[in-house]
Amino acid sequence: MTAATIFGTPESLTDRVTHYCPGCTHGIIHRLVAESLDELGLRETTVGIAPVGCAVLAYHYFACDFQEAPHGRAPALATGAKRARPDLTVFTYQGDGDLASIGTAELIHAANRGEKFTIIFVNNAIYGMTGGQMAPTTMPGQVTSTSPAGRDVDQVGYPLRVAELIATLRTPSYVERVSVHTPHHIINAKRAVRQAFEYQKAGRCFSLVEVLSTCPTNWGLTPLESLKWVEETMLPYYPLGLKKSPDDEV
Amino acid sequence: MAKKLMKGNEAIGEAAVQAGCRHYFAYPITPQTEVAEYLVRRMPEVDGVFLQAESEVAASNMLFGASAAGVRTFTSSSSPGISLMAESISYIAGAQLPVVYVNIMRGGPGLGGILPAQSDYFQATKGGGHGDYHLLVLAPSTVQEAVDHVILAFELAEKYRNPVMVLGDGMIGQMMEPVQFPAEAVTEPPDRPWATVGMKNRPQNLIRSLFLNADELEANNLELRAKYDLMERDEVRFEFYHADEEMDVMVVAYGTMARIAKTAIDALRADGVKVGLVRPISLYPFPKRAVREAAGRAKAVLVVELSTGQMVEDVEWAAPEGVPIHFFGKVGGNIPPPEDISEEISKVLGGKATPRGLYGRVEEAS
Ligand SMILES: Cc1ncc(C[n+]2csc(CCOP(=O)(O)OP(=O)(O)O)c2C)c(N)n1
Ligand code: SF4
Ligand SMILES: [Mg+2]
Repeated sequence: MTAATIFGTPESLTDRVTHYCPGCTHGIIHRLVAESLDELGLRETTVGIAPVGCAVLAYHYFACDFQEAPHGRAPALATGAKRARPDLTVFTYQGDGDLASIGTAELIHAANRGEKFTIIFVNNAIYGMTGGQMAPTTMPGQVTSTSPAGRDVDQVGYPLRVAELIATLRTPSYVERVSVHTPHHIINAKRAVRQAFEYQKAGRCFSLVEVLSTCPTNWGLTPLESLKWVEETMLPYYPLGLKKSPDDEV
Repeated sequence: MAKKLMKGNEAIGEAAVQAGCRHYFAYPITPQTEVAEYLVRRMPEVDGVFLQAESEVAASNMLFGASAAGVRTFTSSSSPGISLMAESISYIAGAQLPVVYVNIMRGGPGLGGILPAQSDYFQATKGGGHGDYHLLVLAPSTVQEAVDHVILAFELAEKYRNPVMVLGDGMIGQMMEPVQFPAEAVTEPPDRPWATVGMKNRPQNLIRSLFLNADELEANNLELRAKYDLMERDEVRFEFYHADEEMDVMVVAYGTMARIAKTAIDALRADGVKVGLVRPISLYPFPKRAVREAAGRAKAVLVVELSTGQMVEDVEWAAPEGVPIHFFGKVGGNIPPPEDISEEISKVLGGKATPRGLYGRVEEAS
């Protein structure tokens, strides 16, 4: 009898130990992207675009070519790369400060033009890398270093629902929000990430998967409490599910 | 190929196509929008990509992504647009990518105006964005030279893996002149083993400007510096116009101001006045040695610019001690006729002009 490997490191990941904090779900999301690239046979034609944020060093963890963008501009780089070489598989991997604050113009216009690349949007309701400041996605009342009394929606408005916002655009696209706080949700998130790359592979449409993610370090919670916080605080405000499909009527 | 009468901006667009560039990303701004209006029709004829970006921030970052993916790419803009590109230009310099920028300058600061100016010399030659870097900057003074510079810019950008800027004033973009495109403008693109085109049977290619380790960042800084040293040795370009001859006054001017200065110089020389012109063509690297040598032979120097005095600082830095340096500038989109420059030269000759001193004009005037 020969032994079969049923679980291992995806080819699209390196074996480098990540710098992510214990309990941070960035690593899980990396794996879902890598597994999808492997399964679809895309690794050798893939160019990833790293953000400025905790995932800035993502290029060390993915075994594919990478570009590192200025803060928020990844969708513009992806546009340039994909228009230059449409045969490449291009994805950006961006946090909520990167994508939903400083990079909103680049995001909305890339989506609206229907650029045929994929955005993996990691929403952890905070600026992780700079030490826990308020993001446009920070929850009402959430304490951060720049909202020490909790996010005051009278002063700074309500959290931005990026998936819903992009889904309002008329240009056909694939937009889904998923979470990775339980194994069940991870399996579903994997399906969505893979779906996004399938649409890109088919040259079909712009695709964005918003993934709710944890930041135990800056939320001031343990890893387990963080998972619970996603369930209890984020899910009610950020409903999961398919927001837009390229099969929808235009 | 026969000469063709073309507007500067359209000639710039065609020059890029002739140079083998097939990827143009830009955002409209006067006085260079005709580049885009030309290329939106021209690029499809050569299976090229034309894309109107949502902003100059995005346009320049599209160049970033396209260049990183290994294609020839360029944009054109004007002063306020270049400011928005400054962030990515810094990243592109740090990541060592070949990208060509054309800046058809208008008056500033702020929204300024839409008329010709040479307002962005500092921005172009001293960095413009953050960090320790240089653009290679070429300043055409005719439409033909704009064509030649655009073609040369691609070559130099690829040679040094560095952003190159063609810095024209609004007149270059708007005037019509006969131009000739070189028969073999398209140079063979160099190997780009560094390009991010998919990692097949080789280690990862990574385009980045981030180096968190001090030694690694220092190494990148020094690599850039070594390129600038080579540029300062090999890419200095300038023109002497009667500057080899005996000069009582040496004029320094670039771009279209140099053309106007030439007309003034021709008229004065017909009257026996000993005056010559040094025209920097590469603004970075600045022709320091040529300016120093020529200024050393002149009794006085007059710098003429469409600004309140930017390049003059480099002339002061280059010129030998003791040579009085005068400045004449016109701004706001006002262009001095040759007579104004002749008059200024005559004033310098007659000892009726005040040179720029160590302490600036306010002190001297009071
Ligand atoms: C132009 C610019 N402004 C600000 C910063 C500082 N900065 C670095 S990361 C970051 C926020 C990142 O937050 P997010 O995108 O949510 O990513 P996370 O770290 O949470 O994954 C900021 C503001 C920068 N690098 N560049
Ligand atoms: S700071 Fe937050 S987002 Fe960044 S690695 Fe740590 S837990 Fe993850
Ligand atoms: Mg974040």
